[in-house]
Amino acid sequence: MIGLHWLYGFAGLVFASFAFSSARDSTNPKRWGNTAFWGLLTASFWLGDRLGDVGNGILVLALVAVAGAHLLGRGSRESTSNEDRQRFSDRLGNKLFLPALVIPFTAFIGTLLFNYTPLKDTGLIDPKAVTLVLLGAGVIAALIICYAWLRPPVVAPVDEGGRLADSIGWAIVLPQMLAALGAVFAAAGVGKIIGGVAGEIIPSGSVFLAVVLYAVGMALFTIIMGNAFAAFPVMVAAIGVPILVHGAGADPAVIGAVGMLSGFCGTLLTPMAANFNIVPAALLELKDQYGVIRMQVATAIPLFICNILILYIAGFHL
Amino acid sequence: MTYLPLLGIALVVLGFALRFNPVLVVAVAAIATGLLAGVPFVNVLGTLGKAFNDNRYVSIIWIVLPVIGVLERYGLQQRARTLISSMRGATTGRLLLVYLAFRQIFSALGLTSVAGHAQTVRPLVAPMAEAAAEKQLGEIDEPTREKVKALSAATDNVGLFFGEDIFIAIGSILLIQGSMAGFGIELTPLHLSLWAIPTAICAFLIHGTRLLWFDRKLGRRSK
Repeated sequence: MIGLHWLYGFAGLVFASFAFSSARDSTNPKRWGNTAFWGLLTASFWLGDRLGDVGNGILVLALVAVAGAHLLGRGSRESTSNEDRQRFSDRLGNKLFLPALVIPFTAFIGTLLFNYTPLKDTGLIDPKAVTLVLLGAGVIAALIICYAWLRPPVVAPVDEGGRLADSIGWAIVLPQMLAALGAVFAAAGVGKIIGGVAGEIIPSGSVFLAVVLYAVGMALFTIIMGNAFAAFPVMVAAIGVPILVHGAGADPAVIGAVGMLSGFCGTLLTPMAANFNIVPAALLELKDQYGVIRMQVATAIPLFICNILILYIAGFHL
Repeated sequence: MTYLPLLGIALVVLGFALRFNPVLVVAVAAIATGLLAGVPFVNVLGTLGKAFNDNRYVSIIWIVLPVIGVLERYGLQQRARTLISSMRGATTGRLLLVYLAFRQIFSALGLTSVAGHAQTVRPLVAPMAEAAAEKQLGEIDEPTREKVKALSAATDNVGLFFGEDIFIAIGSILLIQGSMAGFGIELTPLHLSLWAIPTAICAFLIHGTRLLWFDRKLGRRSK
């Protein structure tokens, strides 16, 4: 059965290619730092399941050492100049979109085909990882099309991918690091402490204030943890179920669904949600690493207020 | 109960505020939190390593980089710009509004990974939004370019977050169901996903209004 471990193998190969590309890039004064960084990630993807927990912990410390000691850099090699690119673009036309669209289309059509045809019962693909597996298939298909049609130099995907990866740098591992931080927070009982504090400051008598506190707690805790999934069980246990559902008779479906979405408003506001807020800033080469968050504030806050109203109106009055 | 482990949170906030390397900040905060809670160092290291390993799937998306890189080498971003500048009526706000709608609908169908910052925003959406702004303004200055790019990424996030919960088999719905079941409250995923719809509509209206407002601001500057 094709599942996540196949993808890990493939992703390891891609990271290995970044390491190879970094090692070859003599224009990057820190190329060996980059090589080590991508090499360690390759090891994580290929050997992670065999290293054991402490072994993986040591691997993480090594990655942190390379990133934290500023051993990562960027080369200055140009692939094709802007003029070249404009010429290619004029010559190749809108067909250039096709390989880029092959990836989402394979994932989209493939997922539908898999889920609504007997393919589902063949056991070919792990149902839990279908879209990701098909995304991987789409990448391979797109690479084949690129080679056959554009006939780039053999190492072009490696060098171009490596160039993009070097420009993103340490931000690539930040989401995984934050997930690891969340696990340590959970082991240290941080959620229980915060839930206890939130439960203590709850005002008695006012249902509306309790709703506000529930939503604010959800958003604030999400901002701290970077993930509404970490905040949700804590706030539900502290306020959602005992005070709103059992105490005031709210509809638990509303409290659950809209509570989670209040947390998502917090996700829009926090650098801790790195894969949504910090990584894109690096990927788009923004000068301000908080630029994406700044653009989200004016959506997150009004939407958060809407959520409080939905919680209050739909939770108690419908 | 001791409040000591909360110092770890303070470390994170401080580290991010002082703009230390975030990877370093997170690692230091994790180890400090664990030690303050009385967890032995080796166990902290093990927890850290296990969670890092279990969450590798969030980094799978980077397999698209070689394809995106090659296509950029052959002028994909330039092509995206040309396409938009040849379209009459295309503006940054309208373009992003259409993207927002697509992203929300696809996410609501459970197709969250068909689009994203690496797959669609960097190669297609951001260059198109920039080209549309250039069409509206002629040359655009650097702060405006930054804003347009950041708004493209923000639009992807809003579409994803406030679309995905309508899909009944997404992780967050399962988490809500599981948490509530822990208190003896039985909910069906369909019931939960229905209650995600009002917020999804609000998100579209609020962010959509901002996008069109952004157009008006650009338009005013061009006069």
